[in-house]
Amino acid sequence: MSTDFEPRIIGFLCRWCSYNGADLAGTSRMKYLPNMVPIRTNCSGRVDPTHVLKALAEGADGVLIAGCHPGDCHYINGNYRTAGRYPLMEKLLEQLGLEHGRVRLEWISAAEGDKFAKTVTEFTEQIRALGPLDWGKQFEAEEAKTA
Amino acid sequence: MADEKIAVYFCDCGTNIAGKVDVGEVVKWAAEQPNVTVAREYKYMCSDPGQDLIKTDIKELGVTRVVVAACSPTMHEPTFRKAAADGGLNPFLLQMANVREHCSWVTEDPVEATEKAKRILSAQIHRLPFNEALQPIEVPVNPDVMVVGAGIAGIEAALKLADAGKKVFVVERDPSIGGHMAMFDKTFPTLDCSACILTPKMSALGKHPNITLMAYSEVTEVSGYVGNFKVKVRKKARYVDTDKCTGCAACTEACVVQKVRSEFDVGLGYRPAIYIPFPQAVPLKATIDPAKCLTLSKGKCAKQSCVPACGPGAIDFEQQDEQVELDVGAIIMATGFELFDCKREARYGYGRLANVITSLEFERLSNASGPTGGHIVMKNGEAPKSVAILHCVGSRDENYQEFCSRVCCMYSLKFAHLIKEHLPETEVYELYIDMRAYGKGYEEFYKRLMDEGVHFIRGRAAEVSDVAIAPEEEGRLVVKAEDTLLGIMRRLPVDMVILSAGLSPRRDAKEVAQTFGFGCSANGFYLERHPKLEPASTMTDGVFLAGACQYPKDIPDAVAQAGAAAAGALTFVNNPTVKVEPTISYIDPEKCSGCHICVGLCPHAAIQFNAEKEVAEVIEAACKGCGVCVAACGSNVPQQRGYLDKQIFAEIEGALAL
Repeated sequence: MSTDFEPRIIGFLCRWCSYNGADLAGTSRMKYLPNMVPIRTNCSGRVDPTHVLKALAEGADGVLIAGCHPGDCHYINGNYRTAGRYPLMEKLLEQLGLEHGRVRLEWISAAEGDKFAKTVTEFTEQIRALGPLDWGKQFEAEEAKTA
Repeated sequence: MADEKIAVYFCDCGTNIAGKVDVGEVVKWAAEQPNVTVAREYKYMCSDPGQDLIKTDIKELGVTRVVVAACSPTMHEPTFRKAAADGGLNPFLLQMANVREHCSWVTEDPVEATEKAKRILSAQIHRLPFNEALQPIEVPVNPDVMVVGAGIAGIEAALKLADAGKKVFVVERDPSIGGHMAMFDKTFPTLDCSACILTPKMSALGKHPNITLMAYSEVTEVSGYVGNFKVKVRKKARYVDTDKCTGCAACTEACVVQKVRSEFDVGLGYRPAIYIPFPQAVPLKATIDPAKCLTLSKGKCAKQSCVPACGPGAIDFEQQDEQVELDVGAIIMATGFELFDCKREARYGYGRLANVITSLEFERLSNASGPTGGHIVMKNGEAPKSVAILHCVGSRDENYQEFCSRVCCMYSLKFAHLIKEHLPETEVYELYIDMRAYGKGYEEFYKRLMDEGVHFIRGRAAEVSDVAIAPEEEGRLVVKAEDTLLGIMRRLPVDMVILSAGLSPRRDAKEVAQTFGFGCSANGFYLERHPKLEPASTMTDGVFLAGACQYPKDIPDAVAQAGAAAAGALTFVNNPTVKVEPTISYIDPEKCSGCHICVGLCPHAAIQFNAEKEVAEVIEAACKGCGVCVAACGSNVPQQRGYLDKQIFAEIEGALAL
C-alpha cells in the first residue's frame, strides 16, 4: 500500500455538541490531521444511512458520525435513534462488502475539544491503514463486467 | 438553479486564517467554480465595510447566493445573515464555510490547510443552489421567568426581574432561601457581615408582589422551548400548613427530638426534628424532617408535643408532596456549588482528627449566630493557640480538581484576620501554593494581613498527623510541609487545622443540566454558551446561568453574573414574540404512505397521524428541527427545511469534489 495515501473523510457533526467540540478544538488551537471535512446537521439523528452511503460512493474512504453523549441530546433522545440505527447500518455496510472500521460513531460533547482532535487524527490513521476505498470505481467496474 | 449567482467572500481574519491558508490561491480557485459570480478576499468580513461588500454585490451584481468563508457559524452566522437580509436577499440563502475553527487553527501544514479550506468551501458552493428562501417562525412569548436556586445569585436575578415588572417563580430546594452566603460569617475583603447584607435581599424577595417563592421544592421536568417552557415542580411536604404557620418556633422548642445535626451549621450544631433552619429564614416556616420525626419515621411519638405547642394548628402529618406546573418564557439557573468533600483528601485527616475542620465549618464557628456563639474553639471548648490554614484542598490538584476555586485564597486571608481579631495571641499560619488576590481591594487586604503578623509559608501541606516526635508536638496536630521559599521541610505543631476546601459542582449537576437540556464542562460545572462573550447563557435559548453553578466565583462576580442572566432573560421575555429558526420538518401528504414510523420516533411528539387522510402531519409549533423523522422514513417523505437531503448530498459531493 502506498504510504502517501491521504484518506478522504466526511464527518457529520451534530450542531449542539460535536460541532461545538470541533470549534473548541479550534479556539484551543489543538492540531489534528486535515483529512476530514465536517458537515453540520442539527442532530446526529438527522444522519440518514443514505448520507453515509452517498459519501462512500462519492469517494470518501471513511465517515465519522459524531453526536451528543447519551442523555445530553438537545432533542431529548435523537442520539438514541442514531445509536439504534448505527449497528443496522454497520450490518448493511458489511453485507455490501465494506471492511469494518470505515464508519465510526462517536459521542463528543461541546466541552471535548481534545477528544474531537484525537478522534479525527486517530480515525484518519485507521482509514490510512485500511487503504483507499474507491467504492464508486468498484461499482463502475462491477457494472462494466455485468454489462 | 443553473443560473444562480454565487458570491464567495473569504475572510483573512487578520492572520487567524490568512496566516495559515493561502487565501489568494483559494479565492482564485473559488472564482472558477460553477455558479460563482464573484470571489473576494477581505481582511475582516465581520467589519462594517466587509458586510457592505455583501450588500453591494447583492444589489449591483444581482448575487442570489452567498457563502462567507470565515469563522464558525456559531460566531457570526447571524451577523452575515443580517447583512444579506439588509442587502435584500433572504438570509437562508447564505451559508458559512468554517475555515477558522475547523481549518486554519487546527492544521499544522499551510499547504494542507489551504487544500482543506477549498474542500470546506466547495461543500458550501455545491450546497447553495439547493438552498431555499425561508421565513423565521414567530411564536408568542410567556413573559414570566423561573429562577432555580436562591442563593445570592438566584436572589439577585429574581429581584432584578421582579423590579423590572416581570412575574418570577423562584424554586429553591432547601426549606429556606439564602444558600451558602447565609452561612458565612464575614465577607472578604470589606469584612461586611454576610447575613447583614444578604438578609434584606432575602426578605425583599419573600415580600415582593411579583415573586412567587416555592421553597423546599424541586424541578422534576422541563419541556418546551424559549418563550414557552413548561416546568413541573415538586413541592415537598413540610408536614406544616405554611398558610397557618407564623414562624413562632414554639414547635421547635417542644419537639422531643432535639439532637439532629443541623445542615445550616454543617453538623457542628443541632436542630430539632421540626425546625426552622435559621432565625432569618425566608420563608419563616417550620419544616418537619420526615426521617427524624418519630411520628413520621416510626409511626408513633408518645408526646406529639409539637401539635399542642402550635397555636394556629399548622402541624399536618398527612400532608403529601404536591405537583405544580408552571409556564415560563425564560429560565435562570442559579443552583450553586458544594464544598469539596475533604474526606477524600485522607492525608489531612478530616473526619479522623478532631480539630481538623473545613472552611465552611470555620465560617459557622466564627459566626455569632453559630453553634459556639462566635467563639473560635477546639472540640474541647478551649481556644486554639495556633492555627494552620491549608490552601487548595481539592483544588489545583490533578487527583481531584485541576481548576482553581478562586475564592479560597481570599477567604483564607479573611479567616486569618478573624482569628487574629477574636484571639490576638494566637499564631496563624497560611500554607499556600500561590496567593491569588485578583479582585478589587484583594491585594490590599493581603498586604494588610501581612502586617497583622500572620505567617505565610509557600508550600502545599503534605500531611496532618497527631504523631508527635518532639515534646512541643505532644497532644497537638502536626502539619508537614515543604517551605519552598526557604527550601526546607517543616513540621508545624498547631492546635487547629482549617482546610480551605475548593468549590465542587453539585453532585447532581449533570442530571440537572440534562433535565434543562444543556451540558456541563469537563470540570462538571454548567457549560456556558461562549466562555468570553456569553458566560451567562447556555446552549439552550432562553436558559441562563448565574453564580457558582457555572464556575467557582466570589459574591461580587455571582451578583454581576446574576444581573447579566436577568438582562439576558429580559431580552426574551420583554418581547411579545420570539423568532425561532424555520429549519423544521414537513411531510408531503401526497407521498406519505401512513406507515407511522416517524410518529413514534419524534422526541417532541410533533408528528401526529391524521386518521382521516391516513397520513402523518407535522405540528409546526412543536417541531424543534432535529430531523430524526427525515432519516427514519423509508421513503424519505419528511424533509427538513434548511437540511434537505439534496442539500446534504450536494454538500457531500462538494466536499469530495477535489
